[in-house]
Amino acid sequence: MMEDATMEPARETSAGGETFLLKLYVAGQTPKSMAAIENLDRICTEHLQGRYRVEVIDLARNPKLARTDKILAIPTLVRNLPTPISRIIGDLSDVEQVLVGLNFRKL
Amino acid sequence: MPHPTFNMTPPDVQLEKALTGIEGLDEITSGGLPKGRPTLICGSAGCGKTMFAIEFLVRGILEHGEPGVFIAFEESPEDLAKNVASLGFNLKELEEQGKLIVEYIHIDKSDIAVAGDFDLEGLFLVLQSCVESIGAKRVSIDTLEALFSGFDNHALLRQEIRRLFRWLKDRDLTTVITAERGDGALTRQGLEEYVSDCVIVLDHRIIDQVSTRRLRVVKYRGSVHGTNEYPFLIDDGGISVLPISSLGLDHPASKERISTGVPRLDIMMEGKGYYRGSSVLVSGTAGSGKTSLANFFADATCRRGEKCLYMAFEESPSQIKRNMESLGLNQEQWTSKGLLTYYASRPSLHGLEMHLVKIHKMVKEIRPQVIVIDPITNLTSLATMSEVNAMLVRLIDFLKAEGITALFTSLTSGTQSILEATDVGVSSLIDTWLLVRDIESSGERNRGMYVIKSRGMAHSNQIREFRLSSEGIDLRDVYVGPSGMLTGSARLTMEAEERAAAVTAEQEIENTKIRLERKRQALEAQWAVMQAEFANEEEEAARFISQKKSVQGHLMEDRNEMARQRKSDDAEPLNVKPLNLHPPTLKPSAVNGRKGE
Repeated sequence: MMEDATMEPARETSAGGETFLLKLYVAGQTPKSMAAIENLDRICTEHLQGRYRVEVIDLARNPKLARTDKILAIPTLVRNLPTPISRIIGDLSDVEQVLVGLNFRKL
Repeated sequence: MPHPTFNMTPPDVQLEKALTGIEGLDEITSGGLPKGRPTLICGSAGCGKTMFAIEFLVRGILEHGEPGVFIAFEESPEDLAKNVASLGFNLKELEEQGKLIVEYIHIDKSDIAVAGDFDLEGLFLVLQSCVESIGAKRVSIDTLEALFSGFDNHALLRQEIRRLFRWLKDRDLTTVITAERGDGALTRQGLEEYVSDCVIVLDHRIIDQVSTRRLRVVKYRGSVHGTNEYPFLIDDGGISVLPISSLGLDHPASKERISTGVPRLDIMMEGKGYYRGSSVLVSGTAGSGKTSLANFFADATCRRGEKCLYMAFEESPSQIKRNMESLGLNQEQWTSKGLLTYYASRPSLHGLEMHLVKIHKMVKEIRPQVIVIDPITNLTSLATMSEVNAMLVRLIDFLKAEGITALFTSLTSGTQSILEATDVGVSSLIDTWLLVRDIESSGERNRGMYVIKSRGMAHSNQIREFRLSSEGIDLRDVYVGPSGMLTGSARLTMEAEERAAAVTAEQEIENTKIRLERKRQALEAQWAVMQAEFANEEEEAARFISQKKSVQGHLMEDRNEMARQRKSDDAEPLNVKPLNLHPPTLKPSAVNGRKGE
């Protein structure tokens, strides 16, 4: 079911400013990976209202990306945009931490 | 993961080892690190862990054709390349050849927010992708403990590290993992619990402002290994460890003899000199000519076309050369031909062990037949006597194993007992021990030399006078007489006196002979007079006898006539014997009897 693809089609809106460009690195269908995907989906839906684009990357399929993208921990969520780049590791079950890590609070 | 324990390993299944190529380490571990298993290298900051990790990989590539992956948590590839360039390792080139990957993983805690459970699968994937892309056989991870500063969840980290070691083992990767030394434990995070095969501790100690690096194999499951602390050195050739104390007493002894460089000294040793491969100690007071003896020995070595390494701890090479010129030695000719190598260094420059390593390295490089260490006593300022002795034991064992003839000079304090403590400590290791000694008498100092011991040869036990002049070293017999041993001008005086005495004695003999001859002549004259006197007496006596006889005859005739006339009986005639008066047999030759002998 998992693909290296955009989880949600980009829904560009002009309503709240910038669009978030997020990458979620997972490795196979582990419970942690599945949990992370679910948690991210929920957080984005609740807090970003369409101002985001998420890419899920399965390193089990493409291990070289772990090296090029410097991914140590699985799962890792990388916020490429807006800059600066920030990283959040874990299955994203701690919603508060995710929001702090993504700087949602400032919005 | 089951480990084959030592007593369960069948004899024919030896633990496979991977040669590190690090000088000396493969000897200590009898063949290198466990192949396909992780080895933990722990030590405090600056003790050479990273150097060890990188050299292990580079040597693996260059010497054993095994590609390697270096995972750096602390240094960037650029820094690393710069740091090891001084060792002659070109990391960039190896990377371009596809034999090495330096993977830098930067962990900054402030960049990472943790939101929920995670694992380090990414690290495994990075490692996997690196290993697979070049077919690596060796991996170094420097240092794994950086993970602990990056992530708070230590329970999880431990679990992941355990998994990592298993992962590395499963892929038959020979791995070096470095870790910081902790208080009271080998590593700060207790990594040694996870690495059960081989643990090596590096140490960097400073004693009296002199630093020495040491290495110790704490644990090596399933293998014999040296358990001592071995000094090691990091220099332009990489790491070299000194496994010398593992040497035993099984070096072969040569029967070949080599000249001492001083003809008369050769004569003192059966006319042949030192045994090749033996160790010679020249001890003596200051200025007694130890360095000169050493240089003559070096000169003789180079004359045979052999190489000599001269470790000078007191004088600079040019100073030695200049001084030797005054003795008629041209050492420059040998240094320019590359036969003689002077290595000058202040003893305080390195620790004691470092000097030993340095000597080792130079011996390995130059491969000399003869080595001179001038003097060994300067090294004693660095450490306690027992340490110096331990070092010398190692050094002598090493040189003997290599068949190198070694000459050590040793400075003794002259006024006290000659057999100074340093020398006594070393003497059991020394095969030939020469003592050069100042002898003070009648207002001058002279040099005396004797062979205290020389194993395996009938050496002279006489003291010789040791003289240095522009013609070189000369050994002269000293005057040994009732008034003791004399040297220098006292010896010359005594020799002149002896010559004079000899002349006098000769004259006395001559005088005695003359006196005797005269006495003989006088006696002979006396004898002639006595003979003449006797002859006179004899003549007179004969005359007297014949007179008396004729008188008697007349008387008898008269009596017979009277008897005839009286008509008496026949009477017996009176018989008188003539006197036998010959001289006694006294011959002149009996007096002169001794003359002909």
